[in-house]
Amino acid sequence: MVSMLYALLGYFLSSMLNNQNLLQVKKTLEDHSSWFLKYRLLLLFGWLAVGSFLIPQFVNEYVTFVLISLVINTILCMSLNLVNGYMGEFSLGHAAFMALGAYSSTMLTLYITPSLPPLLLFPLAIVIGGLSAAIMSLPIALLSIKTRGDYLAVITLAFLMIVKSALENISSLGGTHGLLGIRGLTTLPWAYGCFLFTFWSLRNLLASKWGRSIRAIRDDEVAAEAIGISTRSLRIMTFVISSFFAGVAGVLFAHQIQFINPNSFNILKSTNILVMVYLGGVASLSGSCLGAGLFTLLYQLLQPLGIWRSVMMPLLLVLLMIFRPSGMMGFREWSWFSLTPAQNKE
Amino acid sequence: MTLNAPLLTVNALNKYFGGMHAVVDLSFELYENECLGIIGPNGAGKTTLLNLISGVTLSTSGTMIFLGQAMEKKRSSQIARLGIARTFQHIRLFKQLSVLENITTAYDHEINYTLLEALLRTRRMKQEENKSYKASMELLDLFGMSSRAHHMASSLSYGDQRRLEIARALALKPRLLLLDEPAAGMNDAETRELLALLRWIQREFSLSMILIEHHLPFIMEFSDRLLVLNFGKLLAQGTPSQIRQDRRVIQAYLGEEEA
Repeated sequence: MVSMLYALLGYFLSSMLNNQNLLQVKKTLEDHSSWFLKYRLLLLFGWLAVGSFLIPQFVNEYVTFVLISLVINTILCMSLNLVNGYMGEFSLGHAAFMALGAYSSTMLTLYITPSLPPLLLFPLAIVIGGLSAAIMSLPIALLSIKTRGDYLAVITLAFLMIVKSALENISSLGGTHGLLGIRGLTTLPWAYGCFLFTFWSLRNLLASKWGRSIRAIRDDEVAAEAIGISTRSLRIMTFVISSFFAGVAGVLFAHQIQFINPNSFNILKSTNILVMVYLGGVASLSGSCLGAGLFTLLYQLLQPLGIWRSVMMPLLLVLLMIFRPSGMMGFREWSWFSLTPAQNKE
Repeated sequence: MTLNAPLLTVNALNKYFGGMHAVVDLSFELYENECLGIIGPNGAGKTTLLNLISGVTLSTSGTMIFLGQAMEKKRSSQIARLGIARTFQHIRLFKQLSVLENITTAYDHEINYTLLEALLRTRRMKQEENKSYKASMELLDLFGMSSRAHHMASSLSYGDQRRLEIARALALKPRLLLLDEPAAGMNDAETRELLALLRWIQREFSLSMILIEHHLPFIMEFSDRLLVLNFGKLLAQGTPSQIRQDRRVIQAYLGEEEA
């Protein structure tokens, strides 16, 4: 097996030395595998879907837990990237939308309809959680029409503080103690399904005229208006969509940890999502996956460092801002993930 | 001069920035297929006037009527869809979008699919996307830039960025094109090329233009009619040859009495 791998590697290396040969190899590959080019992403996600069912059978609970966190973080990262990366605003309040999703869905699974079978209950919780986060994001979305940049960032921060202190003071939501005894409904396949839904929606949205307009707003809002883009409604739409997916991530989070309190959704949570976005790369879905993946794994691997872990993460961010300010995959997309105009042809 | 109703009628337009009276009781008309040049010293309110017409800033008082519609309360995007496109004094491209996407964004209000269709990537969505892709490519072809369609807009040279900005404005299929110092930062050869390009655009797309330019030979040659602004007021208007002999204009520009 190993020798076969080496043989393959040797073959590719030797063909790389001979450029002509390499081109030929590439050409034949393309000729015979247009179906592969067309369905490669489907294949990849299909295998990952199978993996999401199988992997938990073979690994211990800790690994499954980390994997679920990874998937949830990816959803959060993609959703924040829509606002921070693609639209070029700076939201610090993403943890608030997560909290809204988490609390509203927990009310559903814990008090309102706990007797429903999980297969029906959990999708309902996910939808309700996402929708309530989306609806509650409307005030912020409306304010984003009047306010820009730094000022909007401060407003999102204020929103986070409002949501957090509201949750702390509503006794029926558990106050500062939070809600206990949430059912552990989040499994790896569920989390992965939500990831697929998020990824597919965002990728299609970004490849549409709305996606182009969102990126146009980031580059120059005055020019975007001057070519007929209604930037007001587009800003509202982007905030609402982004918050919906943050809410979905909140639902998954609550039913993974099985315990939530207002402190789970503090400014640190928002900051962590920001780190993932800027680590992986702004305005890139593959960057979001990469950033969330690396962040989650590093966070676990650096655990032996104890208190020094809290030094490593910010240090990483500082180094990143110096050497690669837009992140590892900033403004670029992995070719498997990108949708080009050529792919619109039938 | 044509006898048709004017394309754009501006009446008693005023704009204050705080205590600064930037545009003072300005009235003029613009006809179909006419090229109107605006000249005046720095700070005369030329760019402010263009911003008012395109809705980038709102006027303090006065009326503007374009194709029979009142425009003074409309937002920039609404005015753009009515058929007024513009370029900017400092180039404002979408730098992180490809050359092609810069054009396509301007076509987007013409293509028709819902958000749901976009999320599901339905057949109709792809057809509509294809339509705008083809139209954008044709326009880029006319400007000789289709070979660089998939490059980042920021990678273009200065002159090409100017041209792309004009192409993007044309993608709106405007009736009126506003150009704010298109020849700024260009040498004589580039300016002559630009002049040829603008002439060709006027023939090909049959539209009216309002042009601001400091380069006097250029604007004298290009415009059918000139407005001269000074301190926000209309100092003079007329054909280039009339303006050339106007004493007040010479005074404002040279700042001294002619002998």
